[in-house]
Amino acid sequence: MLSINELRASIEGKEILKGINLEVKPGEVHAIMGPNGSGKSTLASVLAGREEYEVTGGSVTFDGKDLLELAAEERAAEGIFLAFQYPVEIPGVTTINFLKTAVNEIRKYKGENPLDAAQFLKMVREKAKLVSMNDSLLKRALNEGFSGGEKKRNEIFQMAVLEPKLAVLDETDSGLDIDALRIVAEGVNSLRSPDRSAIVVTHYQRLLDYIVPDFVHVLYKGRIVKSGPKELALELEEKGYDWIKAEVDALG
Amino acid sequence: MSTETIDLKTKLLTDFHARESLMNGEAASPFHQKKRAAISRFEELGFPTPKNEEWKYSNVKDLISESYHFNAESNLTLADLQELNIPDQNANILYFVNGHYSEELSSIVSSSEQIIIDSLQNAYKKNPELVNRYFDELVKDDSDAFTSLNTAFAFDGVFIHVPDNQTVEHPVIMRFMSDARAENVASQPRNIIAVGRNGHVKIAEAFRTLGEARSLTNAVTEIHLDRDANVEYYKVQNETENAYHIGTTQVRMLDQSHFYAGTVTLNGRFTRNNLNIILDGEHCEAHMYGLYFPDGSQHVDNHTVADHRKPNSNSNELYKGILRDKSKGVFNGKIFVREDAQKTNAFQSCKNIVLSTEATMNTKPQLEIFADDVKCSHGTTTGQIDEEALFYMQSRGISKPEAMSLLMYAFCADVVSQIKIDSVREYLEGVIADKLATK
Ligand SMILES: Nc1ncnc2c1ncn2[C@@H]1O[C@H](COP(=O)(O)OP(=O)(O)OP(=O)(O)O)[C@@H](O)[C@H]1O
Ligand SMILES: [Mg+2]
Repeated sequence: MLSINELRASIEGKEILKGINLEVKPGEVHAIMGPNGSGKSTLASVLAGREEYEVTGGSVTFDGKDLLELAAEERAAEGIFLAFQYPVEIPGVTTINFLKTAVNEIRKYKGENPLDAAQFLKMVREKAKLVSMNDSLLKRALNEGFSGGEKKRNEIFQMAVLEPKLAVLDETDSGLDIDALRIVAEGVNSLRSPDRSAIVVTHYQRLLDYIVPDFVHVLYKGRIVKSGPKELALELEEKGYDWIKAEVDALG
Repeated sequence: MSTETIDLKTKLLTDFHARESLMNGEAASPFHQKKRAAISRFEELGFPTPKNEEWKYSNVKDLISESYHFNAESNLTLADLQELNIPDQNANILYFVNGHYSEELSSIVSSSEQIIIDSLQNAYKKNPELVNRYFDELVKDDSDAFTSLNTAFAFDGVFIHVPDNQTVEHPVIMRFMSDARAENVASQPRNIIAVGRNGHVKIAEAFRTLGEARSLTNAVTEIHLDRDANVEYYKVQNETENAYHIGTTQVRMLDQSHFYAGTVTLNGRFTRNNLNIILDGEHCEAHMYGLYFPDGSQHVDNHTVADHRKPNSNSNELYKGILRDKSKGVFNGKIFVREDAQKTNAFQSCKNIVLSTEATMNTKPQLEIFADDVKCSHGTTTGQIDEEALFYMQSRGISKPEAMSLLMYAFCADVVSQIKIDSVREYLEGVIADKLATK
């Protein structure tokens, strides 16, 4: 489904991703962990098509298409979804209007007719229920004044509405209380299917108790330096990153 | 001074004196005496140049180098106008074409007990004392040449009088059409709005131009609010690429009165709006909202004054603009708090999005505070569209142009939502959405 090859990317002349390789097959969940500043959010942003990052090498294909050739909105329409580590506040645009525009723009891209107001509302209500998203939040300006947890829940709600093929969740668990964490995880799990995949960026094993990954990768200094089964996350939780850093840094 | 400047000025002075010589007895009337004083003020002041601090960023050189047919006749019909205008079945509608009031195009639905609505000419014929009581009173000391010029040539416009304790249910919408299909035209509408004690009224002035020739509108509106009066006043400018517009709205508020102004400039070659509010009473509230969307090489200049002369009053101002291409914007907001005006609250904010490196915005807040117990604040921002927000929207499948127009629309929404005449607000919502979508 997603195949990343020797991907390099920089921002403001500084190379952040230094040759990433990752293969995500349909139905798989990959966890990406790693120390602060190692490039996890950068990878997520590059996959979502953020123009500020300059791709300096490598390739990414998604369902056989050259992802790097597509604009951010085309990637979204092709089925990539990024849940932001820091969701953006957009005053003056209600969540509900924003999503309606998004849904219908994607339908237009696919050559489908726009949903009418009634169909859209029905669908949105179901999805809101799924992630216990309060109705009043939908009517408020997008993320404006939302608490940290509400913003994260809103990301998952949007994911549920857009039903992406590949969801990239960037620290969606941080800032969530225990109940919210479970609800968010259930939202993600309810979307799991043999043809949907996810990349879950997290610092904590906690989330992975709910969303059980098929693989765990460690990103350090712009490279995936270690990959393993779900047990690797437990090991990291226990031992931290020093042993991995030492291994990598010893190799120079 | 260029020779062209002399041309228009000389022509106007000659016109004035030629007319005066045909006036017989009427020339001695107090009404005409005001005009005579105004023409000498104009003669003395001359057209402003950028050396004049008030006109530093707005050069009228091009405007005055054109020649115009003042108050030209026009054969516009209702059918020509219908699609151009804000539709509203429930409003009092007054049409002016090239400065002439058109009775046949206009329709008045409110009762004459609630409100007197007439053209300035008719009102003066019917009740010269009443009109004279208000005419020129608020602007006679104005040092603006265009205002003096308007007074000198005041010929038609709207006269509105709301008697004490009347709440006028139907809004008044004035439509000023410039018919520039055949030649360069000019008009100088003069409006007087006098609202009695505890009178309530909503008013809109809409300006449109037809045709490709140049048009010049030099409009002056005087608004008097007696105690406890409540006036909502909107100005909508949707003119052409060839339209010059200079407008002054001068307001005086007495105790406990409330005044709301919304000024929306959608289109026009060169627009200068002066909105001057004197808070001459206690517990007054003045709100000023503005929006402007210049593109191409359009020029929009808003000058506002909130002059607090008595204690315990509030003024609040929010202007927003989106500038594209090579357009220019100017905002100058003055707040005066006089010595007596203790416990004044005065807030001002001007926010702009500049979408092109060749567009410029000049903002100048000017606070002059002579009282010590006051709360005043002002802020201006000029920035680009929020890239983070743009990417967020794109990452949800919304195309860049669509995301831009959503963000720009959202930027305007808090001003648009302040417009309380439904038909005007709905019209603006539509026009603004189109305007933001086309680029
Ligand atoms: N716009 C930018 N300008 C300069 N440097 C940047 C920019 N964005 C990211 N970086 C740098 O790139 C590096 C990787 O950042 P990134 O946000 O991808 O880290 P991360 O792995 O997600 O960290 P965290 O776990 O703290 O979220 C950091 O050193 C960061 O400072
Ligand atoms: Mg990060």
